[in-house]
Amino acid sequence: MSNEVLTGAQIIVRSLEQLGITDVFGLPGGAILPTYDPLMDSTKIRHILVRHEQGAGHAAEGYAAASGKLGVCIATSGPGATNLVTAIADAHMDSVPLLAITGQVNSTAIGTDAFQEADIVGITMPITKHSFLVTKVEEIAATLAEAVLLATTGRPGPVLVDIAKDAQIAKTEFSWPPKIDLPGYNLTFSKDEAAIASAVELIKSAKQPVLYVGGGIIRSGAHQELLDLAKITGAPVVTTLMARGAFPDSNPQNLGMPGMHGTVPAVTSLQKSDLLITLGARFDDRVTGHVKSFAVNAKVIHIDIDPAEIGKIKFANVAIVGDLKEVLPDLNAALRSELENKPLDISQWWSFLNGLRTRYPLGYNEPEDGKLSPQYVIKRIGEISGPEAVYAAGVGQHQMWSAQFINYERPNSWLNSGGAGTMGYAVPAAMGAKVSQPERLVWAIDGDGCFQMTNQELATCTINNIPIKVAVINNSSLGMVRQWQTLFYNSRYSNTDLNTGTDTIMVPDFVKLAEAYGALGIRVETVEEVDAAIKLAIETNDRPVVIDFIVGRDAMVWPMVPAGLSNDDVQFARDSRPIWDEGEQD
Amino acid sequence: MSQHVLSLLVEDKPGLLTRVAGLFARRGFNIESLAVGATEAPGFSRITVVVSVDGLPLEQVTKQLEKLVNVIQVVELEPDTTVERDHMLIKVATTADTKAKVLETVTLFGARVVDEASEALMVEITDETVNCDAFVKALAPFGIKELVQSGVLAMAKGSDSFSQQILGTTKAN
Repeated sequence: MSNEVLTGAQIIVRSLEQLGITDVFGLPGGAILPTYDPLMDSTKIRHILVRHEQGAGHAAEGYAAASGKLGVCIATSGPGATNLVTAIADAHMDSVPLLAITGQVNSTAIGTDAFQEADIVGITMPITKHSFLVTKVEEIAATLAEAVLLATTGRPGPVLVDIAKDAQIAKTEFSWPPKIDLPGYNLTFSKDEAAIASAVELIKSAKQPVLYVGGGIIRSGAHQELLDLAKITGAPVVTTLMARGAFPDSNPQNLGMPGMHGTVPAVTSLQKSDLLITLGARFDDRVTGHVKSFAVNAKVIHIDIDPAEIGKIKFANVAIVGDLKEVLPDLNAALRSELENKPLDISQWWSFLNGLRTRYPLGYNEPEDGKLSPQYVIKRIGEISGPEAVYAAGVGQHQMWSAQFINYERPNSWLNSGGAGTMGYAVPAAMGAKVSQPERLVWAIDGDGCFQMTNQELATCTINNIPIKVAVINNSSLGMVRQWQTLFYNSRYSNTDLNTGTDTIMVPDFVKLAEAYGALGIRVETVEEVDAAIKLAIETNDRPVVIDFIVGRDAMVWPMVPAGLSNDDVQFARDSRPIWDEGEQD
Repeated sequence: MSQHVLSLLVEDKPGLLTRVAGLFARRGFNIESLAVGATEAPGFSRITVVVSVDGLPLEQVTKQLEKLVNVIQVVELEPDTTVERDHMLIKVATTADTKAKVLETVTLFGARVVDEASEALMVEITDETVNCDAFVKALAPFGIKELVQSGVLAMAKGSDSFSQQILGTTKAN
């Protein structure tokens, strides 16, 4: 049987089709031009032309994070490829399944400092799960299949495939499926019954256990199994920034988010715990604060698919390497039979934590300048839009408020740049999310700083009928940096004014900017206007919507554990620490 | 901090050495020596690397190395059950007066003369690192003009083969 003879470019398109890819985000250029020609004819793949390659990268991330599927972005060589770098680094930190395809100069020109040549494989080595340089047409199909396997299995992550232009032009026989040859990539995890038994013993004897839930639950799709574990143990649950939505906020066992801007009950539960049941979390410094004083009395059960995460920051008394979706049912079964007749006695622990919940709920003060409170705006967006919507945030104060004041009930509903902290993530990520979840309401909750980094993708949204809603929480400054300047730099505001507020020169005017991009622009300055604007945005689906919420600039994110300090030093408001006068738990 | 010898079985792919070296640099681990070469299995190379780290960071670097897709296996070789060898080429200055003494030292250390010139001898030694270092010390008074050395090569004693064990299972998959 003879196979079809195709060009490398045709093979790229056919391979992506075979791999089930239906949407890609990209921008063509010289070294990827051959591939864009057959891409034009594909009836299975929708290509969305972005305005900047970084937008393609974050859109692919948002596409992936909202759906659990692979996100794909395409760029040309040199600057096209380097413009993807931030998004690739972002996906690496947050374990997002991402395939980045870049054109490369002709294989004969590689290494000669050719026009638009960049060693993108070398540049991205530390920020990819793996990367490939393809110079032979015969290797394209197998490499793409391997790249997709790597990106989507195990701990997901970004994989880059850099394909020389002459390999895209050359012809060879195409056959599918290709032979995958990854002898160093091990996906099988042996069942560790002894470790499960040890975990059960630790849980049985725990007096102050906490389920410390990370983004791994969402990537693994193990939220149901987590619900079971929470039900069996009755233990409190904390959901990290990456895990908002992994466990319903409406569940009374959910104490909220731990960490630098976590709730007092969540931060304190970890700090005073005697057993951290750590599920797909990695003891990030924003969660632990000063590591040596973090949860000093706690033993640790650590379940993670990445063996390198175990013991990296905190010693694990029991370590289980595997996919949470496979490990948790075993743990749950073992626990169920042990705890059926003798449930955990953690009532004292709960009364302590419930006391904290009553005394230190999340809250905020109205801004003294009479402007809108940003927390109120974000809260209303969540309440009106509901848990079926998707919320993508930028990075900074508005991100923390969105994590705190929106109730998440389902995984993949909260998208943000957690590890990398990439300003500019929100608009393109929301765009990608809307492409993968066209039936859902998708919000980008952005800051006035973040929005100015990637708002060019509004053009992409308008032209391609991707009606996202953008809420700009406009405090006319780089708010989080300003907050630190207020707290730690004697209120000396070095280079944090952005002049986007109504009492400034307003450059740019976000409403005019929205209109220039063919979006509906709405300005909101009073409480009375908030709900109507949100509802109008939700009802408007023939174009994107940008709401410019003019909010008070002195609002701060509380609670806060100042960087580098112990979680014991959590402040629920400026200079106000919780009082541990109860003495019943220590 | 103590020295550890890691033996890595790797796929012979472009950029592999950059990935391994980059990982050490990125995570802040110092490489004392590095030796790379082909193995008995086509397409696979062996990297022998000596690192100075404490126990816990060593476990971390091992796990991070194992995450590299082109790395098949990482083994720490224990000194007691391992043969370790360094290879050195040394150009030592000689005069009519010192030549005999240099040759005496070479014989004493089991080294060999590989090139003879009017005012120098090139000698080679293959031995444990500690003996190589002692040899260098013994030659120093005569004047060492140039010295090159390989990284440490190491292999576990006994009849078992790490690469056969691993590549055998790999092929079975």
